[in-house]
Amino acid sequence: MNNGNHHNGAATAGGVGPAGIAGAGDNQWLLRVRNLTKIYGEPGPRTLELTGPEFSSNICPDTDSIVACAEVSFDLYPGEVLGIVGESGSGKSTVVKLLYFDLGKTAGSALLYPYDQGQTNMLEASGQQKRRIRNHLMGMVYQNPRDGLNFHFSSGGNIAEKLIMAGQLHVGGIRERASQLLEKTEIPVRRLDDTPATFSGGMQQRVQIAKAIANNPPLLFLDEVTTGLDVSVQARVLDLIRELQQELGIAMIVVSHDLSVIRMLTDRTLVMKNGRIVESGLTDQILQDPQHAYTQLLVSSLL
Amino acid sequence: MNIIEVHQLSKTFDLHILHDKQITALQHIDMTIREGEIIGLTGRSGSGKSSLMKCLYRTYLATTGEIRYASASGVIDLVKADDHAIIALRRQEMRYCSQFLSVIPRVPAVDVVAEPLLRTEKNKEEARARARTLLEMLGLPSGLWDAYPVTFSGGEQQRVNVARAIIAKPRLLLIDEPTASLDVRTKDVVIGLIRDLKQHGTSVLCISHDEYTLSTLADRRLHLQAGRITPTVTEII
Amino acid sequence: MIENTKFQHRYNFAFIDESTKKEIRRKLLKAVAIPGYQCPYSSPEMPIARGWGTGGLHVTLAIIGREDIFKIIDQGSDASVNACNLRDFVQAMTGCRTTFDTTEATLIQTRHRITEEALTAEQVFVFQVPQPEPLRSVERYEYRTRQMHGEADYAKMWVSLYESFVRHGDILLGAGYPVRINGRYIMAPSPIPRWDIPNLHQAETLYLFGAGREKRLYAVPPHTTVEPLEFEDVRFHIEDFNGQVCNQTGYRKAFLDEIYSDDGSKQFVVNDSNFLDKLRAGEPIAPFVNAYIQQIES
Repeated sequence: MNNGNHHNGAATAGGVGPAGIAGAGDNQWLLRVRNLTKIYGEPGPRTLELTGPEFSSNICPDTDSIVACAEVSFDLYPGEVLGIVGESGSGKSTVVKLLYFDLGKTAGSALLYPYDQGQTNMLEASGQQKRRIRNHLMGMVYQNPRDGLNFHFSSGGNIAEKLIMAGQLHVGGIRERASQLLEKTEIPVRRLDDTPATFSGGMQQRVQIAKAIANNPPLLFLDEVTTGLDVSVQARVLDLIRELQQELGIAMIVVSHDLSVIRMLTDRTLVMKNGRIVESGLTDQILQDPQHAYTQLLVSSLL
Repeated sequence: MNIIEVHQLSKTFDLHILHDKQITALQHIDMTIREGEIIGLTGRSGSGKSSLMKCLYRTYLATTGEIRYASASGVIDLVKADDHAIIALRRQEMRYCSQFLSVIPRVPAVDVVAEPLLRTEKNKEEARARARTLLEMLGLPSGLWDAYPVTFSGGEQQRVNVARAIIAKPRLLLIDEPTASLDVRTKDVVIGLIRDLKQHGTSVLCISHDEYTLSTLADRRLHLQAGRITPTVTEII
Repeated sequence: MIENTKFQHRYNFAFIDESTKKEIRRKLLKAVAIPGYQCPYSSPEMPIARGWGTGGLHVTLAIIGREDIFKIIDQGSDASVNACNLRDFVQAMTGCRTTFDTTEATLIQTRHRITEEALTAEQVFVFQVPQPEPLRSVERYEYRTRQMHGEADYAKMWVSLYESFVRHGDILLGAGYPVRINGRYIMAPSPIPRWDIPNLHQAETLYLFGAGREKRLYAVPPHTTVEPLEFEDVRFHIEDFNGQVCNQTGYRKAFLDEIYSDDGSKQFVVNDSNFLDKLRAGEPIAPFVNAYIQQIES
């Protein structure tokens, strides 16, 4: 067991799962990621061999290229909350940024079931299709609200952008839906026409969430959403996410270096180090019975 | 019919960060749980009771052996099953109720209890009404129903925890010390509620140190000693 | 007397050399083929600074023939400094006849206005464009705006209209109101008033746009659909002069200038100088007709 529970989720997900369990049938996944890889610089033939947790490095000694993430594979089921945990530079944010098309992949595939019935690698779709996928099927909440919001626009305008992309060209309708979303995310509706620049950090995150769920996407990415917020504000944002998850049943990928966030929100967790998944499993199992040395270190540092 | 069949289950922890020290928690466990059966699990602290329960719930990954679970839709090995299958089972038919309540801060007691239903139930208010009924039966003061359990006393948290475990009428209930830190009256209520579940067909594995609870509740007892089931199994009924 | 022929023939006809004209014409053909698409072109040096109408001049000089009758207006006026100088230049470089009369002209160059009199299929209308990129106000990077056009990703433009409405109760875009051409590209119509926007739609005339400083050409060919961006419940509308009339002619169905007197009072007068002249002289006029102008009571 020295290598831990290597790629457990991915290895068993390829159809080996037990037949007949509702919600776990062969073609029930929402997002299927295989071999997702992002390398900065020129990779050499041995770049992947010479990097990773065994070397405690993601820099290729031959070519100096940097392996941000490599060979990442997992399945996400509808309504499931998946955590990705790891230290800074482990590649956890890279994974969601690749999936949200903020970065271009080096290799790998990602199938999203509602896009072409999961037949087509969405990472190779045209720019126009990617924008459509991004707008209708995904939402993203960034660590820094400035990445997800336009501070020159009002909070309503920020939400309007998503609605307009979905073809809503009725100002009254836009404002009604935006007000609804603000209400849902506990922002006073009278702030609809104020720019997010005048909001507190926690409110900015909630505007981002409102924008992200504007078109009822089946999949939401949350990248270190509570980092940098103080504890009580953090708790409100986490509450909100949990409530939305319960109410709307959105599948989520939660990226965090904070294990208590992971514990609170997720069903399943991937542990990343040096760009690779070192362990995956049910979140309570990862926290209480970690297999890989790195995960054990991570968990013991928390408790 | 057996709902659980455990064969040669062992659990060893490899502590890589403690010079690869190995700790053996369970060795060669064989056991079964029948449908609608309540099994009392006894043993000293550290004998492996919680480890066994957590292996059944997949919070611990068993090192060797198999756990055959007869789910509503077929037999499945809980040791090797896909994570997603386990998640589905946990949502639909399996509940684990630990000694301590671990909940998200700032969620009122009623919602904590109703949560297993809220996910599936369309009628949220009906789910909350059932939660209130349970909390009332368990004698939690109504003033606390909409308060946050984080601030509750041990006994109050325990009631919330038990209510949460049984509200969705699981097929398999793993329950750890359900009656500790409860007064006699509430203890009887908890025992009654678990018996009701048994009538409903639920199989229960219950860890307890309390002889009263065990003798009134358990159909059969299993005794753990140093990670093994001792050969003397006392048949109560 | 010895004639200085060298001086007379110092420049090629219409100033620009023939191969450069060909290049501009090729780009114009492309622009006509893809209505509303901004086509990059060479923007050769001219004896005036870029940003002073070179784009319009490039187009004019590339397509002008010896038989053309040239008219140029600036903000509706034939007599402004910019218009006079460019007219003199074109006349000197081509020897073409020039005119003030809109109906007589075959080639009209303009800055910031379309004439009040309807244009015909026999005429070509050339705009001087300061900023050809309608998305520049919402996206400062060229590579991104090109991508946005390529993918018809115009949400940001719409959001800016939404924001304008939310902040001011109206879409406050006095000049250069963004339009969608042929259901595809969003185009900057150059800083013409909203009054002129409907006259681009399904027109008889070929409209050509030249942005010299930004090195872009684009076109709205005849009978092309041109729609101002509007929400379902916040519609596009033209300037409202609150029932004011031209103080010299009493006319009210034309774009009016505000004129401030020394005593601080304000009067209105028809902006298009040739149109005003014709009204005053009682000559026959043939103004543009569109649904928006028709709504104004005469």
